[in-house]
Order: sequence, then C-alpha cells, then structure tokens
Amino acid sequence: MAKKIGEQTIVFDEKISISQTASVVGPMEGQGLLGNDFDLVVSDDCLGESTFEKGECMMLKTSIDTLMRKGKFTQSDIDIIIGGDLLNQLITTTFTALNYDMMYWGIYSACASFAQALQIGSTAIESGAVNRVIACTSSHFSTAERQYRTPLELGSQSKSTAQRTVTGAGCVSLEKGGSGPYITHMTIGKIVDFDQKDAANMGTAMAPAAAHTILRHFRDTGTSFDDYDMVYTGDLAKIGLDILTDILTMEGYNPCGRLNDCGHMIYDTTKQHAETGGSGAGCSSSVFAGHIYRKLKNKELEKILFVPTGALLSTVSSYQKNSIPSIAHAVVISNKKGKQNA
Amino acid sequence: MLDIIVDYIPVFIVGGILCLIAQIVIDNTKLVSGQILVIYITLGVILTAIGIYEPIAKFGKAGATVPLTGFGYSLVKGTISAIHKNGFIGIFTGGLTATAGGICAAIVFGFIMALLGRAKTKM
Repeated sequence: MAKKIGEQTIVFDEKISISQTASVVGPMEGQGLLGNDFDLVVSDDCLGESTFEKGECMMLKTSIDTLMRKGKFTQSDIDIIIGGDLLNQLITTTFTALNYDMMYWGIYSACASFAQALQIGSTAIESGAVNRVIACTSSHFSTAERQYRTPLELGSQSKSTAQRTVTGAGCVSLEKGGSGPYITHMTIGKIVDFDQKDAANMGTAMAPAAAHTILRHFRDTGTSFDDYDMVYTGDLAKIGLDILTDILTMEGYNPCGRLNDCGHMIYDTTKQHAETGGSGAGCSSSVFAGHIYRKLKNKELEKILFVPTGALLSTVSSYQKNSIPSIAHAVVISNKKGKQNA
Repeated sequence: MLDIIVDYIPVFIVGGILCLIAQIVIDNTKLVSGQILVIYITLGVILTAIGIYEPIAKFGKAGATVPLTGFGYSLVKGTISAIHKNGFIGIFTGGLTATAGGICAAIVFGFIMALLGRAKTKM
C-alpha cells in the first residue's frame, strides 16, 4: 500500500514503470535546443487540419499512436487514458480520446496537468485495479494564444517577460512492474498565490509554487539536491527559474547546477522569438517524453525530481484583475526501485 | 524633387514619434495593444479639443492623421463642423460622418484580407 510521509508526499509500494514515451512538437520547438530528442517534429503545425484546434488534436493523437506503436500496445492493453490541455473544457484531450476505445479521465492543472496525470495514473496502478494507463498532455501556441491572449490576426507583440506556449504533445505509458524508470514518490502541490497579477509574467507567479512543492518534498522525504541527479521544473522559463533558484538558496538548498526547467531548455532564446522561454501543458510532457526519459533510459540520469508547474488563471479571472494562483506537483522518477527508500 | 523630400520630413518625424511613444508604452507597461489603441484615439480627441493637435496635424500632415490619434482628431473636427452646420444634433452625427470613409474602408479591406489570408503561427 502507498504510504503518506510528511505533509504532502506519498510513497508508492508498487513498481510503477514508465514503460514508453512519445513526443510530437511543432516546427519552432524542432528548431530549438532539444530538436533532435523528439519522436516527430511536424513542419505544418496544423498537421493538415483546417483549424489549429483540430491540428492540436491531431498532434496529440499522433503522439498517442506513436506511443502505442513503440510499446506494441493494442487498445485493449490500455486501461485508462488520462490527460489534459489548455483549451476551455479540455477540447483537445476529449476530442482526441474520442478516437480510442479506452476509459478516459480529463484533468486540468494548466501546465502542471502532466504531473497530475502521472500522479493519478500512478495512484490508479498502486490501487491494484489497473495495469496500464496513458498519461498525456498537449498545448499549441496558436490555440492558446487566441484563447488566452489576442487573436492571431492582430499580430500583437509579446512582452519581454512573456513565455511562448509550446506547440507540443507528450505522452507516456505507466504500468505495473516493468523495467523502469519507476515513479517512486509523489508530492501533491498546494495552491500558492503571491498576488502576482501580470498574465504576461507567469514564471514569476509559478516560481513560489515550485519552491513550495520542492521544499515540502525535501522536508517530507529528508532529501536535498544531493539525492537527485536533476530537479526539473515544468515551465518557469528564465525569469521563473532565476526566482526559484533564489528562493531555494535562501531556504538553504543550493541547487549546484542540479536544477533546470523544461521551458528554459526547449528554445534557443538567443536566436528564437520565445521571449523568456517556453510554457504550456505540452512543454513539460514533450520535454520529459523526448529528452529526460532518454537520459534516464541511457543512465545519464539515475534519479530525478520532476516538478511541472501550473498557472491556474483564466481569461475571466485576468479581466477581473484577479491574481494568478499557481501549483506545482512533483514526482520522483528513479531507475532503481528501492523499498521505502525515503 | 527636393520639395517632395522636404514635404515628407515632418510627416516621418511626427508619425515616427507617435509610434515610438506607443512602442515605449507597450514595452514598459502592462498595457496591451488594444488598450493602447483606445488610449491613442481618446488622446487624439482630447488634444484636438484643447487645440493642441491642430498645429501638429498642420505640421505633420499624414504623419499625424494616419496614426490612431488622427482618428480622434477627425472625430472632433467632424463633430465641431456638424455642430456649426446642424446645431445640437451634430454632436451625435458629426464624428462618425467625418470618419465614415476610414471606418468603411477598414471593414471592406479587412473583409477582403480575411477572405484572402489565413492566420499563421507567429515564429
């Protein structure tokens, strides 16, 4: 049975493997720093569909189909598909799930959705009732831009503190047993709100949430940066990552080069127009599925703390001048499954 | 030839300064482009009403009338002349009558471009 340790952390008893991953990204992500790590870089970010929204669905479907092919799964091998995206009422994930004869959980934690999917999937497998689930998320620059910001036709300039929504989809299969890497712990985040109201500066809003969850995790498990090869946050980008580093250092945890952020890693911001870096539900999932998983598999990394971050604002809350509540969920992913190694 | 160049200099100076101010505002404040557009029109109205914009428009010509402040300038000028012509009712009819050409052209050309073009992802 899973066991709660400390305040927010749960240790899994079962061997929960991430058995396969797949990632599909858009052209700009393909030209970024991790371009060679993704399974597929599409040249047309509509993927031949008539709208960007349908294109995003096709991108997510392509990533799931790629996962099924790589893992040699049939639809009956998958119990539940768990996923989320950034669009109202989760239309991307829902319309994509329509293609599959699988049980479906649509979830939302903005850009932290991927972590939530991993946590819910792991919990379902730990329960013993489920053998294999798919956790997936996607985002698309052009669908998010027109939902959250301005119509694409306006061609408006982005702020220097803004982040670019990653056009990408990533998915993983979680299963009982297997050869790893394993999800051994999870730390469920709490909502953190430092009254930051600027929707064009979400890294600043999310950094305290990431810090809160990471510190909670360290204290709950008695670990520190020394116990992990890397700690990856989701999509804080440059500004948020700098703030997070400062907070953690002030709290007495020196990252010593063991902290990085998927949104900071994905683009070459010196050459690409991505402002401070990437964001979006598909940012952490595509970077994990494409880049981080590969490093775990070839043993460049043995144990990581993966902490996707989410800014839980909506257009309405922004218009009404509300703050940006943020959340970060963490999972420990390790090549070794030590019993109660907390 | 020289006449034309001399004619153009104030146009580019005034138009350039108006756009430069907007660029500085968008880079350094939380205002988004839509808000700046509205502020520019309102500013044009106010500056024209208190008599500041008229000399700018005389000096800068199209450099002052083409940017959005110029739209505010046309609204006020149209309203004032309609008041002179029609009295009280001119307050309501003058602004849009004077700017009808601009508004209608924006709608027609916007419609044509929407038919011809397709939104693309900004890289």
